[in-house]
Amino acid sequence: MNFDFSPDQKALRDQARKFLAEHASSVRVRRILDTDEPYDRELWRGVAEMGWTGTAIPDTYGGAGFGYLELCVIAEELGRSVAPIPFSSTVYLVAEALLLAGSEAQKRKWLPRIASGEVVGCLALAEGAGAPTPPAVKTRAAGGRISGTKAPVADGDVADVAIVAARADGAADLSLVLVDLAGPGVTRTPLSTVDPTRSHGRLSFDGAAAEPLGAPGAGVALLERVLDRAAVLVAFEQVGGAQAALDMAREYAMGRFAFGRPIASFQAIKHKLVDMYVGVELARSNAYYAAWALSTDADELAVAAAAARISATEAYFHAAKENIQTHGGMGFTWEFDCHLHYRRAKLTGLGLGSARRWKDLLITRLEARAG
Amino acid sequence: MDFTDTPEEAGFRNEARAFLERHAEPKRGAFETWQSRYPDREGLERAKDFQRKRADAGLAGLHWPKAYGGREAPAIFQVILAQEEARYLVPRGYFEIGLGMCMPTLFAYGTEEQRRRYAPPALRGDEVWCQLFSEPGAGSDLAGLRTRAVRDGDSWVVNGQKIWTSGAHWADHAILVTRSDPKAPKHKGLTFFFLSMKSPGIETRRIKQISGQSHFNEVYLTDVRIPDSQRLGAVGQGWGVAITTLMNERLTSGELRGPDFEELFALARTVELEDGPAIANAAVRERLADYYVRTQGVRWSRFRTMTALSRGDTPGPENSIGKLVNAPKAQDIASFALDLLDMGGVVTDKDWAPMRAAFQESLLSSPGSRIAAGTDEILKNIIAERVLGLPQDVRVDREAPFDQLPTSRR
Repeated sequence: MNFDFSPDQKALRDQARKFLAEHASSVRVRRILDTDEPYDRELWRGVAEMGWTGTAIPDTYGGAGFGYLELCVIAEELGRSVAPIPFSSTVYLVAEALLLAGSEAQKRKWLPRIASGEVVGCLALAEGAGAPTPPAVKTRAAGGRISGTKAPVADGDVADVAIVAARADGAADLSLVLVDLAGPGVTRTPLSTVDPTRSHGRLSFDGAAAEPLGAPGAGVALLERVLDRAAVLVAFEQVGGAQAALDMAREYAMGRFAFGRPIASFQAIKHKLVDMYVGVELARSNAYYAAWALSTDADELAVAAAAARISATEAYFHAAKENIQTHGGMGFTWEFDCHLHYRRAKLTGLGLGSARRWKDLLITRLEARAG
Repeated sequence: MDFTDTPEEAGFRNEARAFLERHAEPKRGAFETWQSRYPDREGLERAKDFQRKRADAGLAGLHWPKAYGGREAPAIFQVILAQEEARYLVPRGYFEIGLGMCMPTLFAYGTEEQRRRYAPPALRGDEVWCQLFSEPGAGSDLAGLRTRAVRDGDSWVVNGQKIWTSGAHWADHAILVTRSDPKAPKHKGLTFFFLSMKSPGIETRRIKQISGQSHFNEVYLTDVRIPDSQRLGAVGQGWGVAITTLMNERLTSGELRGPDFEELFALARTVELEDGPAIANAAVRERLADYYVRTQGVRWSRFRTMTALSRGDTPGPENSIGKLVNAPKAQDIASFALDLLDMGGVVTDKDWAPMRAAFQESLLSSPGSRIAAGTDEILKNIIAERVLGLPQDVRVDREAPFDQLPTSRR
């Protein structure tokens, strides 16, 4: 029985934590929060130099050729520091989609540039508010061209390449296509969101060149696999963020005195912090199991990813909101960092689809498993 | 990350498996207990017989010192044994307190002669122990106990009442915390003993729980004489001894037995609601997902603990989260299952109710799980103080003489 990360993986975690404490400090995160700069380019370069963008990309495609457990370790630290970079879009979604379904030419073209940090990617799925189910997708792909509007798209305003869910001619179901966003027929408009530390945009395609990613009509199944993998990695970001919010709340409660004593000595606050802790621990354990399933490509991944997603989404938002509550009025100020986690918790909780929808999916998968 | 045993663990697992195949019977249903198949005295006699075989096979007192018949095995062995025993009908609730709490206390504070006298029969199930700790006025606040011990020459005379004592009606011996000095501050006037439950002046009464079962007793002590040689720890130092006992409780308190997510999921797939099968109802699906995620979270947390145990770490207070999550969840699941059964949910007739009324039974037993071995609230305090390192609440009962403390609303 060894349900833990290895000493090497822990050393990587320590290294990542140290790096991010310096290069993704709250001052640096706030530079993105307070300006129109879409993401921290310097941090992005630094992260790429550390090799993190290519962690799980095989060395034949210019990656580091580590495994998913290493990527999970890095994800947790990125989440802890609320890093303002397009890491999840580029690494968890686009690189994974390419690895799962890309042609050899597509992999050779994009993966080395993702690994080096030269390219930012995005996944364009939603077309407005409401659940982005297949019937809600109106974007059309025909004759190697794509037309339609996608919004919101995480990092859509800054990405170089997009994977787009579209309705392809001749295919009954959705297809995924790859679009080089530097080409003609692409218009991008930034969108403001609840978390300005992660940029979003609207992508409008008017006959932009598109090539299929995977077989036409196979988009739903592929998308599901991509989202499952990303769900595990984002769960680690959420666990890291939730732990950071809990740590902040604890630190503040220990130092804040009211009624002649630290507020951390009041049971109302102690039990609140324990509820946060229990949520984080359960989410961490679910994420560990999903990490194991991801790293071994186990059949359990579908169920484990959904459970990790739900658990981490709920733990992070709970920890983030109760962190503000523990801080009282100061937690509600722009000056304190509590809102960084509150924003990021909600953003990560919606980015791959709401917990409500993942719960339904989880039960569907459990029914399928039970036969 | 992997889920495989080390060679040493695999060897022990095979050993446990071979023993169980030979000496234990499989359960007839997921919730069958030793007591439900063998009630009352018969259950005890059969349990003693099984315990003797367990001890002879070297599968009792796994963490005990070898000198007293134990194995000095790493804590992970206890977990492996429990995993293997899960499919079998094995006695639970007879020896855990003696082997897991009373004997470790005796090992720490008893004389060598006492250890050699009491450990072997406890290990073999020949002598059963109970723990006379809680009182009507001292539950979560155990140090508020009032059972009085007064010195009289070479012995002590004890008067008072204990409550929630599991197994007192068949126990041969007991450990006991008393108040020897009511003038001293609360935690400083306690003295700890062990005694024979056959001592004159002990009267045991069963307590009927809301589930209709009787796991616990009230124990009345009237002029019970205990030789001073059976005192454990110094006079006035009983609180420290009691803490030793309670630290061992964490190793002992097992998983809850009763319907959980799997059973609710199975029920939801069979029950019809107003709009079709329950499993197709969006509100039901959302609740099921919530329970699944918490159930799995506890399960994988346990694997993380096992990993630590496997490396030789001792179990810490973070293990409290298992019971803290599972006990309220069991209550919620029972209540929700009855909701799914709608008007039919009220029926407890085993031949009529789905799953032989397991959910109805759980509705009535789960409140106890949230209280026994640390209430939800006390567990939260323990996690807050020992895991998160938060300060203790401000106490008004630390320094004042015990007999000056308020005991009720005036």
